[in-house]
Amino acid sequence: VSLVDPALAARVLERALSRGGDFAELYVEARQGFSISLDDGRVERPQWGRERGACVRVVRGESSYFGHVDGHADEDLLRVAGSVAQAVRGEARAPAALGEPAAAEGHPVRIHPEDVEVARKGELLRSCDEHARAAAGEVTQVRVGYGESRREVEVFNSDGRAAADDRTRVRLSAQVVARRDGRVETGSDTRGGHAGWELIEAEPEAVAGKAARRALTLLDAVDAPTGRLPVVVGNGFGGVLLHEAVGHGLEADAVQKRASVYAGRLGDQLAEPFVTAYDDGRRTGDWGSDGIDDEGTPTRRTTVIEDGRLVSYLYDVLRARKDGVESTGNGRRESFRHLPVPRMTNTFFAPGDATPDGLIGEVERGLYAVSFGGGQVEPATGDFVFGVSEGYLIEGGKVTAPVRGATLVGNGLEALRAVDGIAADLEIASGYCGKAGQTVPAGVGQPHVRIRELTVGGTAT
Amino acid sequence: VNLDDLARRAVEAAVDAGASDAEAWTEEGVSRRVRVYAGEVESLSDAGGRGVGVRAFADGRSGYAYGTDLSEAGVLEVARAARAAAEAADPDEHAGLPDEFGATPVDGLASTVMRDWSTERKVELALAVERAAREREGVTQVENAVYSDAEGSVALANSRGFAGGYDATQAWAYASAFAGEGADLMTGMGVGLGRDPGALDPDAIGGEAAERALALVGARQPESRRCPVVLDAFVAASFLGFIGSMLSAEAVQRGRSLFAEREGDEIADAALALADDGTEPEGPSSAPFDGEGSPSRRTPLVQGGRLLTFLFDVRSARKAGRTTTGNASRASYRSPPSVGTTNLVLEPGGKTLDELFREAGEGLYVTEVAGLHSGVNPVSGTFSVGAAGRLIEAGEPAGPVRELTIASDLVSMLQAVLAVGSEARWVPLGGSVKAAPILIGEMSVSGS
Repeated sequence: VSLVDPALAARVLERALSRGGDFAELYVEARQGFSISLDDGRVERPQWGRERGACVRVVRGESSYFGHVDGHADEDLLRVAGSVAQAVRGEARAPAALGEPAAAEGHPVRIHPEDVEVARKGELLRSCDEHARAAAGEVTQVRVGYGESRREVEVFNSDGRAAADDRTRVRLSAQVVARRDGRVETGSDTRGGHAGWELIEAEPEAVAGKAARRALTLLDAVDAPTGRLPVVVGNGFGGVLLHEAVGHGLEADAVQKRASVYAGRLGDQLAEPFVTAYDDGRRTGDWGSDGIDDEGTPTRRTTVIEDGRLVSYLYDVLRARKDGVESTGNGRRESFRHLPVPRMTNTFFAPGDATPDGLIGEVERGLYAVSFGGGQVEPATGDFVFGVSEGYLIEGGKVTAPVRGATLVGNGLEALRAVDGIAADLEIASGYCGKAGQTVPAGVGQPHVRIRELTVGGTAT
Repeated sequence: VNLDDLARRAVEAAVDAGASDAEAWTEEGVSRRVRVYAGEVESLSDAGGRGVGVRAFADGRSGYAYGTDLSEAGVLEVARAARAAAEAADPDEHAGLPDEFGATPVDGLASTVMRDWSTERKVELALAVERAAREREGVTQVENAVYSDAEGSVALANSRGFAGGYDATQAWAYASAFAGEGADLMTGMGVGLGRDPGALDPDAIGGEAAERALALVGARQPESRRCPVVLDAFVAASFLGFIGSMLSAEAVQRGRSLFAEREGDEIADAALALADDGTEPEGPSSAPFDGEGSPSRRTPLVQGGRLLTFLFDVRSARKAGRTTTGNASRASYRSPPSVGTTNLVLEPGGKTLDELFREAGEGLYVTEVAGLHSGVNPVSGTFSVGAAGRLIEAGEPAGPVRELTIASDLVSMLQAVLAVGSEARWVPLGGSVKAAPILIGEMSVSGS
């Protein structure tokens, strides 16, 4: 990777600190992407794009000054550094010397997606369509999306950091609509990772099949129950509950503003001793993994909950300086158009020793929430809400009828305390996480987890 | 950079690369954002961007490409990539450029005084928003107060001879305030928007954030019930935005709308009237023409409770044997046009909020919903979403409530509308909607 000359980067940082500041950073990015979809049996919307840009940040005390520009031209980078410096009042500071950017330890990409002919991408979509329609005559609509992206990133800062990363991601998703007697239901599934074409090349059957099965299942669904019930949450995408209800509250920006229920709780026993959770941006090939974060800090595994105790928050450089700790490699940004903020990478519960059947078998009456349509949390209170996209009743220790329209409403701290069983079947799924107007790829995951009691908002009364 | 020239050159390059028809959208803009916290600037950003997006048609197929490199080589690369991408698509007999183009003049899209505002004054404005929230008794913290603005120019050209362009400005500010402590901490948001910072009232924005948080302090989980529900303008806007997306002809044609085959039907109570209006001078999504060069207009969607039409772009209109409603929307040069709402405008009714409470008698006033997009089934319209607000007792707002869900299905909800309030406002959260409070006759509320 070589986007900018380190000598130019040094001049940019010098100019950025020309009117003072504690820290300056130049972030340079070249991104390229291609996406294509299939809808109504037709391959459509092929889209290609290429962007190059850079941004400069100066931090002074608690204030950040930021500017970004399209392109990597010398004069543009120097101009944006000068204009950011204009907002700072103080004595010039010299940045530390810079070397060649060190390439981060990457994630394996066997087949670069840009080397695969577009016609094959169209065939992949058609194959998904065929598999979904073959599932049952009740499948009426199939929508499939494929996307690939490559982001080359270089980060230089006034502490002398010079780092580079080359990130390739692919993702395949399917959404299926099934109809029977005026009843219409949808189901979806995705597969994505920090990897090449090899990840999804053989997946059409699995992804399309799962999406179709979910839609078809819902055709038989009964109204969701209402009230406080035990809930067994499925593995993989079920981890979105942890992501939303706990993870966001551990991001250091929310913690430092006391806008998190987890502020001041470090060291506290928040869950049963068999509960451990990680944020891990290193896991090979996972969707939320990178070599470095968007501030040049190498990604790593951070234990956030250990044996039920809260042991770490998630930091970027700025918030770590404030707390006198090291960045945990969670300074992420959507693109060169954004300031980095503490964000999760891949967040998941560590596997326990129960089995899914064991967890379900002990429930007299409850809900089995296999997958969520999405969720939302207010980090300040920990209150969350999740739509259950695939769920079943648990009756007498057995999974029975599928339910539709169920919503889980609760509070992160309470839900964490109420985790009373964890299975061994860890799986990580790919999602997109939005925060502060920025969307980044995030891996969510867990084994099957049981929560003693949660409020289920249903459609039945 | 001359955006008009650039767009024309990009169209020519795509035609030279073998496109039978082509269209180019060019864009340039600057934006500022000030975030303050505890009386200090937390971040200040100043940014510029520009780019070009090209749609190329060939043999009934279409492809799209975009880029930020506006040099001759960069534009050529994008034009060729658009042409090459088209190869991957299946032919679509309805795709293509519009047969007619035009522009509808919209007054005041760009403020002339934006430039007069220095960065220092904008910082002052953000600080004033924060102060207004913090100074309310009972507010424990202001999580953030943000001022943001954008000035942009766009140009559109196509191979059938259309060329047009416009400038637009937008300024907005919001704050998020906390009231109460610990497990009883409640949050509230205040927001305001206009064409320039002079249109923003910092006291009103900060005050609204404070009031919304304070109103929820001490909230408890209510008992489950079926009762009348008043949606405040924010919540009404969220639902209307979702309904608007379901009125897209594309969603209908692809079997993803619960309103399919309901054109002409009574889908709502007669009290409800809703229009899409791309020409509202105050509308954040107003413009002289849409993303493919069709002139903007006002399209009544629901009148007297009857669904009058769906929203069309050129492609979906051809497919349905109709004409475009000027709803080819475009987020930026990075995406091709697709059917979407411009500004959704709910016609205000004659009753104040207090009158809606009195009419509700015993019920629920909802001021927040969470998880709407995951909680609504887009095809069947059934939903169950998290909510917070206050009970209504004896026609008056009473104790605050949280950790509850409201459930219904969209059509039943629309048909159960009893009245629309008179206090209409723009709500710029996730779309552009001008909404007023709505009284719904009955919904299922689940709590304890």
